[in-house]
Amino acid sequence: MARALVNVPAKVKRGDVVEIKVLISHPMETGFRPTPDGKFYPRDILKSFACTYDGEHVFSAELFPAVSANPFFSFTVVATQTGVLTFSWTDDKDQTQVQTAKIEVE
Amino acid sequence: MNPAARVGALALIAALGAFAARAQIAQTDRKSGSAFMSAQTQEMQRDDGANPAMLAALDGEALWKAKTGDAAKSCADCHGEAQTSMKGVAARYPAYNEASAAPIDLQGRINLCRQDQQKATPLAPESRDLLALSAFIGLQSRGMATAPPDDPRLTPFRERGRALWSQRMGQLNFSCAQCHDDNWGKHLGSAPIPQAHANAYPIYRLEWQGMGSLQRRLRNCMSGVRAQAFPYGAQEFVELELHLAERARGMAVETPGVRP
Repeated sequence: MARALVNVPAKVKRGDVVEIKVLISHPMETGFRPTPDGKFYPRDILKSFACTYDGEHVFSAELFPAVSANPFFSFTVVATQTGVLTFSWTDDKDQTQVQTAKIEVE
Repeated sequence: MNPAARVGALALIAALGAFAARAQIAQTDRKSGSAFMSAQTQEMQRDDGANPAMLAALDGEALWKAKTGDAAKSCADCHGEAQTSMKGVAARYPAYNEASAAPIDLQGRINLCRQDQQKATPLAPESRDLLALSAFIGLQSRGMATAPPDDPRLTPFRERGRALWSQRMGQLNFSCAQCHDDNWGKHLGSAPIPQAHANAYPIYRLEWQGMGSLQRRLRNCMSGVRAQAFPYGAQEFVELELHLAERARGMAVETPGVRP
């Protein structure tokens, strides 16, 4: 499965606005690129991305063929409590990959 | 020669001398390719959490530890921790290889190790694994000064590289030097012409949507001037790489870099 770089500050103060950055390794093949024999490379993209904070849905995105390879997400959450951020993304074959990161609130 | 003609000839020689002096970039004027990028792209390279080339470096770290080939050895079995053993290696390549009596670049070195030590098949040029390993090894030299070796056996090869650098080629009949020594800082279309210092390879190029080696970039320029590009791994490329390393002596390694 794809490699991903998740960047979450390990320790934050309660009420802080925290920036979360996720970089996912994925070719994001559009389906419009011709092969040497004139056919097309089959489409292979990530369709959706979502993040939950202790089970609560805090961010989600729909992705389309125009999104670059190795998509990068950056968004903010308000640090309310120590908990787990769960990131999940789904590709064209409906396979979902999940990665988690802990956030500690002082 | 009458005196007037002699003065004219001297003036011509002086003018040619001035042209030659302008052709080489002064030490204080040298700028990495990243200095010509937008602030956003610079930030993407600086931030390891946003730099897509770091994904390749992470793949490379996994490959470094993976046993492969008939010898069932990993890179780490011989070289140990890359963080110490590979520090500064990418900064000094290409280097002289005794066995072939010729210089080899870092990717050539990786493939030699695979063949001789791991008894594995060499990795294809521009393959994901070769780029990942060279990104990971290059990362260990990040921030260090480019330090090509002072090996006298490299001199004839480096001289050939220097000659290739100023050799006009292709239907457009341009040499590397005409853009990158004489006209850096100007624009080709909307793209700024950088000084062509090879201090961040392998790079993640946004235009490619992926990683690429210095040889891919050189081939890119060659097809740009409508020349027949040398094949991957050609001796000419290693010679050009030697000249480029000498040209960038002392400049900080940025591997793995991001370029537009």
